Amino acid sequence: MLRSIVTALVREPMLLAGILLLLSIGFFALLGPLFIDTSQAEVGSVAPRLRPSTQYLLGTDAQGRNVLAALVRATPQTLKIGLFAGVIGLGIGCLLGLLAGYFRGWADTIIRTIADVIMTIPGIAVLVLVATNVRSMTVMLMAVIVAGLSWMYPTRTIRAQTLSMRERPYIDIARLNGIGGLELVFMEIFPNLLPYIAASFVTAVSSAMLATIGLEALGLGPQNELTLGMMIFWAQSYGAILRGLWWWWSPPVAMMALIFIGLLMTSTGMDRMVNKRLRVES
Amino acid sequence: MLHHVSKRVGMTLLVILLAITINFLIPRAMPGDPIEQQMNQLSSSSAGSVGDVQAMVQSYRERLGLDKPLWRQYLNYLWALVQLDLGYSLVNFPERVSDVILAGLPWTVALLGTATLISFGVGTILGGLLAWPGSSHWIRTLGVPLILLSAVPYFILGILLMFLFGLTYPLFPVAGAYPFGFTPSWNFESVRLLFYHAVLPASSIILASIGTWAIAMRGMVISVRGEDYIMLAEAKGLPPRRVFFAYGLRNAMLPQLTHLALTLSHIVSGAILVEVIFAYPGIGYRLYQAIQAKDYFVVQGIVLLLSISIAVAMLVMDLIYPLIDPRIGTEKKS
Amino acid sequence: MSETILDVRDLQVEFPTPAGPARAVTGVSFSLRKGMRLGLVGESGSGKTTTVLAMMQMIKSPGRVAAGQVLLAGDDLLAMSAKQIRRARFSRIALVPQGAMNSLNPVLTVRAQIEDLLEAHGAQSEAIQRKRHVTDLLLRVGLAEAVADQFPHQLSGGMKQRVCIAIAIALSPQVIIADEPTSALDVIVQKQVMQTLIHAQRAVGAAIILVGHDMGLMAQFTHVVGVMYAGQLVEIAPVKDIFANPRHPYTRMLIASLPSFTSRRVFRGIPGVAPSIVNPPSGCTFHPRCPRAEARCMQEVPSEEVFGNEQRVRCHFAHEDHNVAFA
Repeated sequence: MLRSIVTALVREPMLLAGILLLLSIGFFALLGPLFIDTSQAEVGSVAPRLRPSTQYLLGTDAQGRNVLAALVRATPQTLKIGLFAGVIGLGIGCLLGLLAGYFRGWADTIIRTIADVIMTIPGIAVLVLVATNVRSMTVMLMAVIVAGLSWMYPTRTIRAQTLSMRERPYIDIARLNGIGGLELVFMEIFPNLLPYIAASFVTAVSSAMLATIGLEALGLGPQNELTLGMMIFWAQSYGAILRGLWWWWSPPVAMMALIFIGLLMTSTGMDRMVNKRLRVES
Repeated sequence: MLHHVSKRVGMTLLVILLAITINFLIPRAMPGDPIEQQMNQLSSSSAGSVGDVQAMVQSYRERLGLDKPLWRQYLNYLWALVQLDLGYSLVNFPERVSDVILAGLPWTVALLGTATLISFGVGTILGGLLAWPGSSHWIRTLGVPLILLSAVPYFILGILLMFLFGLTYPLFPVAGAYPFGFTPSWNFESVRLLFYHAVLPASSIILASIGTWAIAMRGMVISVRGEDYIMLAEAKGLPPRRVFFAYGLRNAMLPQLTHLALTLSHIVSGAILVEVIFAYPGIGYRLYQAIQAKDYFVVQGIVLLLSISIAVAMLVMDLIYPLIDPRIGTEKKS
Repeated sequence: MSETILDVRDLQVEFPTPAGPARAVTGVSFSLRKGMRLGLVGESGSGKTTTVLAMMQMIKSPGRVAAGQVLLAGDDLLAMSAKQIRRARFSRIALVPQGAMNSLNPVLTVRAQIEDLLEAHGAQSEAIQRKRHVTDLLLRVGLAEAVADQFPHQLSGGMKQRVCIAIAIALSPQVIIADEPTSALDVIVQKQVMQTLIHAQRAVGAAIILVGHDMGLMAQFTHVVGVMYAGQLVEIAPVKDIFANPRHPYTRMLIASLPSFTSRRVFRGIPGVAPSIVNPPSGCTFHPRCPRAEARCMQEVPSEEVFGNEQRVRCHFAHEDHNVAFA
């Protein structure tokens, strides 16, 4: 099993590159605090507006934070939100997609209508509404809110795949063998959906992060916790870009760009891998 | 055909109603009273010289109809909406929300409309060329960086552009739609200045979204390329350009348009943030200002507008589709 | 009869594979006279479609024409430049494609798809002339004038096929290739389409190459039949001769597999599967499935022998007469 995963990865360089990139960012997020003193990420902990030097590798911002320390603290927070929202969104999406695709009928109609309708309403609109009315925003709360809007696309994808898989011969055989209903859905269909689920997960995480960063840039993010989006927000409010404090805004921007590029490469690579499988199968 | 149309219109109305209801309920479902918060803020910032806060809160509540039962408020809300009354701005009272929106709307429409048209047009053709054998090599090399760019959210690109062209090599202005203190009018100078100010925000949107259109189109064209009618078109000895445009692109375009409709809300969200970065006085920037100032009614009004306009835009696209794809709406003659 | 209009000499088409070149077409030679109908028969993968596509320079890379000439009224089609072959396509040699269902552009009207052919070849410069020509073509293939303004999805399978025939004769080509024009149609429509094809052919005075796998159809509609197996032309003869006295074992088996109304007998197929064209059998490629095969067949490639009235066969035992009662 492991070997087949490895061979699949090697054949798809883009997928491999994407995963490696994401893993490195993950390591940075996890192991960073062990090497870098994150107490310097607090406001007012160091002298402000210092250029990068050997002492402060990424300089300091206008609020007295060591930018490198801030980056080390902010990255895992952003990743947390993305992953959490992605997992929840995917979980709901899988469940609803499987139910809608397999059982069809009124369950399908209801689920599909709700998903379509919510998809039409721009996510940012709802997010802004909810976020403005929350008294104090936290990372976890953000993740939940964003998750609420990232289940629709996975639902659609999983539903489409379930619909087509349902007609395959082995399902008929399983049904003839007396396996029915939920057992069929989870035992027979679900395992074959794994590649699509993996691809949807990456998309869900990506759109969750996008939504998060959007909210944060608008100033609706967690005020007391540091995320990549918030770093950009503070930098922007202070006018860091135009005041030439490039060392303040470029690290979070670069980190975000890397995360998104990594996610894109992974999802493109997965798409290609899934399509290759399809071509071989048919 | 009529059935199809009425179904889509019905769905859109449902979406709009849902959007209105969500817009109504969420603020009221959240803990905390905006009016009270606003008043407290005012009184604390003016060192308590505002007087009896509670009395003020109460009078505002009555004025804004917030003391009536919920269902009553909902009906009032609906009625007001029908009359296009979105309420008042809490911060700039008595400015109306609709005035705020109308002030920002033309800027957003101009920026977003133009940028999307350009990136969709160029991106689609680029994507088609990327997938067509026999297109020049430099197009392929162009493809990769554009695709990488498409991974990044629009406003991040905006930040980079602002840094590059606003600070390091100052070629373009980085804030506003026109220079401070300038009143735009219909003359050449005006248009030139407006154009200059729009370059950076528009470029952020264009550069970041071209890649998406190109990748999507490339995928469609690859699958269209394998079709039998392409083979016959080539066998007919048609010039390659004709085959590419009339046989290849036109068929791949259909799903591409659907893609546009589905990603509309994503595009709009991205554009909003670009406006924020560049302080471009469109709807997005006003939304940002309203959020900062906790001007709740303006926030709600703009959010509602966004939802409704996207729903309507999707409806329009749905209705246009049969005009482009002759297979929809026409039946087989036996 | 009339003069030779098409002369195919030693055509060879290859596709590179990791295991070496796959020879899809090997040493195929035949000629067509004006007004003649040649049928190319063979099972799937025998190289019939590849042969005719190669003639029009329609083989897509990485496949390539490794050798051969295709002389159309003296001009070698394979030696033409991209521009020249584009000009020759449909104006001198036309194709009625396999699967007309999907060969028409879904977003263009029938009229548009005929007119763009006319425009591309500079025929009928005035709009009104073009319109008349389109109407004329449709009537000639038995379709109503109104079909011109319809879209492909509004037409039935037989109608679409006839539109393809109309497009093929639009520029009065010298040769028309019909690649399995009736495979996807039911028998009654099949006959109609074939009659339309022949009628159209007569109208423009072209020669036809009819590619298919239905021997019965060939018997009814062609003058000469060529049998292809594993990329080679194993037998080619006037239709009467090939049915009266088939000299290649494969031909015999093909004919014998046709169901007969008069004699009741066991339905006979041809056992075995088509050979690999990357690693073909040694000697005669048919020997693994041949009931007549001997040791010699595994070692020696049979050369071509000519019998009587232009019957050419590639078999060591072609001289043996086998009269098949074909009813």
